[in-house]
Amino acid sequence: MAMNGLRRTDGLMGDNLEAREAVGDYKAGWHDPENSTIRFDFGLSEEVVREISNLKNEPSWMTEMRVKAFNHFIERPMPKWGNTHLLEEIDFDKICYYLRSSESTERDWEDVPDDIRNTFERLGIPEAEQKWLSGVTAQYESEAVYHSIREDLEEQGVIFLDMDSGLRDFPEIVKKWFCSVVPLTDNKFAALNTAVWSGGSFIYVPKGVHVEMPVQAYFRINAKNMGQFERTLIIADEGSSIHYVEGCTAPSYSTDSLHSAVVELVALPGSHIRYSTIQNWSSNVYNLVTKRGIAHENAKIEWVDGNIGSKLTMKYPAVILKGEGSHAEVISVAYSGDGQHQDAGAKIHHLASNTTSKILSKSISKSGGRGSYRGMVTVSPKADNCKLNVVCDALILDEDSRSDTYPTMEVSNPTARCEHEASVSKVSDDQLFYLMSRGHSEEESLAMIVNGFFEPFTRELPMEYAVELNQLMALEMEGSIG
Amino acid sequence: MATKPLLKISGLRAGIDDTPILKGIDLEIGQGEIHAIMGRNGSGKTTTANVIMGHPDFEVEEGEVLLEGNSLLELEAWERAREGVFLSFQYPQSVPGLQVGNFLRKSVSSIRGEDEAKGGGFRDSLKQAMESLDIPRSFLSRYVNDGFSGGEKKRFEILQLMLLKPKLAVLDETDSGLDIDGIRTVAEGVNAAIRGTDSGALIITHYSRILEHVMPDKIHVLMDGKIVASGGPELATKLEEHGYEWLKED
Repeated sequence: MAMNGLRRTDGLMGDNLEAREAVGDYKAGWHDPENSTIRFDFGLSEEVVREISNLKNEPSWMTEMRVKAFNHFIERPMPKWGNTHLLEEIDFDKICYYLRSSESTERDWEDVPDDIRNTFERLGIPEAEQKWLSGVTAQYESEAVYHSIREDLEEQGVIFLDMDSGLRDFPEIVKKWFCSVVPLTDNKFAALNTAVWSGGSFIYVPKGVHVEMPVQAYFRINAKNMGQFERTLIIADEGSSIHYVEGCTAPSYSTDSLHSAVVELVALPGSHIRYSTIQNWSSNVYNLVTKRGIAHENAKIEWVDGNIGSKLTMKYPAVILKGEGSHAEVISVAYSGDGQHQDAGAKIHHLASNTTSKILSKSISKSGGRGSYRGMVTVSPKADNCKLNVVCDALILDEDSRSDTYPTMEVSNPTARCEHEASVSKVSDDQLFYLMSRGHSEEESLAMIVNGFFEPFTRELPMEYAVELNQLMALEMEGSIG
Repeated sequence: MATKPLLKISGLRAGIDDTPILKGIDLEIGQGEIHAIMGRNGSGKTTTANVIMGHPDFEVEEGEVLLEGNSLLELEAWERAREGVFLSFQYPQSVPGLQVGNFLRKSVSSIRGEDEAKGGGFRDSLKQAMESLDIPRSFLSRYVNDGFSGGEKKRFEILQLMLLKPKLAVLDETDSGLDIDGIRTVAEGVNAAIRGTDSGALIITHYSRILEHVMPDKIHVLMDGKIVASGGPELATKLEEHGYEWLKED
């Protein structure tokens, strides 16, 4: 199955106390021995930035953009909002900014180094590829190690490459759009990504082409204290459509890793981009990601965003509704367990008339976890007849856990129709008793309630993911009843 | 050896938050029998139902509840369900996002075994039960009790009763809030599930109307946590005509 990485193996939970403390019950928490071919020393400097660019034989405009971004990163203070306490704990000098484990990106799994191939097999990626995907890219540390796309799509002119190959083979397209949606000065972590980016996906879908089956990217961090900075750019030309799915896991270590991606989507007139994420990082990973799309006339952008893992996630998928009649949807779920803070939400800017948007956010906190919804919707004075709908629901499973909501709406046009609903609920004893009286244990009953709560999200996922997500949540509920 | 009674409650005292509610209940239901408990609000009817099913909020201080001779009191609610106890709730809880069809399949699988929840056999019995209760197909894709009308909730409880085929069905005010047609449908469901089987039922109600359609073997009157009278169907008629006051005076 595609999301095998979400399941846990009891084999990891032997008598070795140390191992159990490190790995806990996170299934994807194993790691391979590190066999790097190139590994940078810890820490970041302009030299490191230039060296990454040099290693990749990049055009000079990219090198200069990286350096500019690096300078902005250094000057820019840490955000003064979100979980500032955890943010201040990040030690940028104890992170490895570039690590290559394989000499090249292969088109055949057989050519991928054994231990890396084994890892992706354990995560179920090759199997999923055969069954239901149009293309796959698999990134290990800083570089894509495997990449393929179905031939018929290639014949129709669909470009699906890792970002480095995209820059090498299509420099003009990349130059035109890179940083056009997320400028390098956007925020501290977007600047960091722009300075040291490596890997990620580059996709171009030609006019009128519909990619029926999803393409998937899988991101795996293996090394300790690793920084992963993939960069993704998706351009859907007029009247085309694509569904991109990404998954991610990492080993459980007692020291922290940093994942800081930038994703830019360009939906040209009449196109449709759906971007689905199941984020299941181990609980030592900081996940600080900037995701944004621009929707032109009558285009549609959907972010389907599931945050299950990580130590701290700060992520607010955004859509700029630039063209008249464009539409945005952000559907997200967040699960915060012990020691986790999911600070997630959405941003939508209505710049043009007759644009519509919908935000649905669902968060569950348990065992002292904290879930925050942070959202912003704006309507510009020139944008007439916009419709926006925001729903955020939180479910709190115990007294130790926390949920906050920070919704902002700035509506500068009186013709806008705005709806906003928010709810916070707890699982009641009567609800559990009702399900238990039908033969379901307390844990099974809780999993039914939780999966039901997430259902508006899971029904948007391809079936394979929905099943795996439900199983994952059922496992998360194990041992949660005191 | 004589067969053990289906349900035997003896000397049951129970309450909630240190407040005693049941003050010594004795009750015996044989296989194939339907009994009714009548009583006014606050007499302990719902507590009796909850204690039999094993609601964790209720504390049993004394007494015994035996199903076919085996004690239920140490078992959790879900274990009792698997032993064959069913409760039709007065206020069924909603579970948004959990589809009725999925839920029924999972419940049948938990209680009666995986094989019973598979394939054509399950589909046929589901279809038949839904038709007999006038429940449309579209019901299956709705969420459990979410946005259901009062009548739909009660029909759904009886649908579960028919599919789960318990040994002992406890129906807590299943007739309340139903019109005459609804009561008749529910009563037919109960009759179909219990009559002519080894199972039994305990119907808890305010009113005698449902009893006209079910014809219980025995009626018990609960007052202030005790059974103060037991008798045949004629007792229901008497309560209907004279209320509960005369029992106090006795």
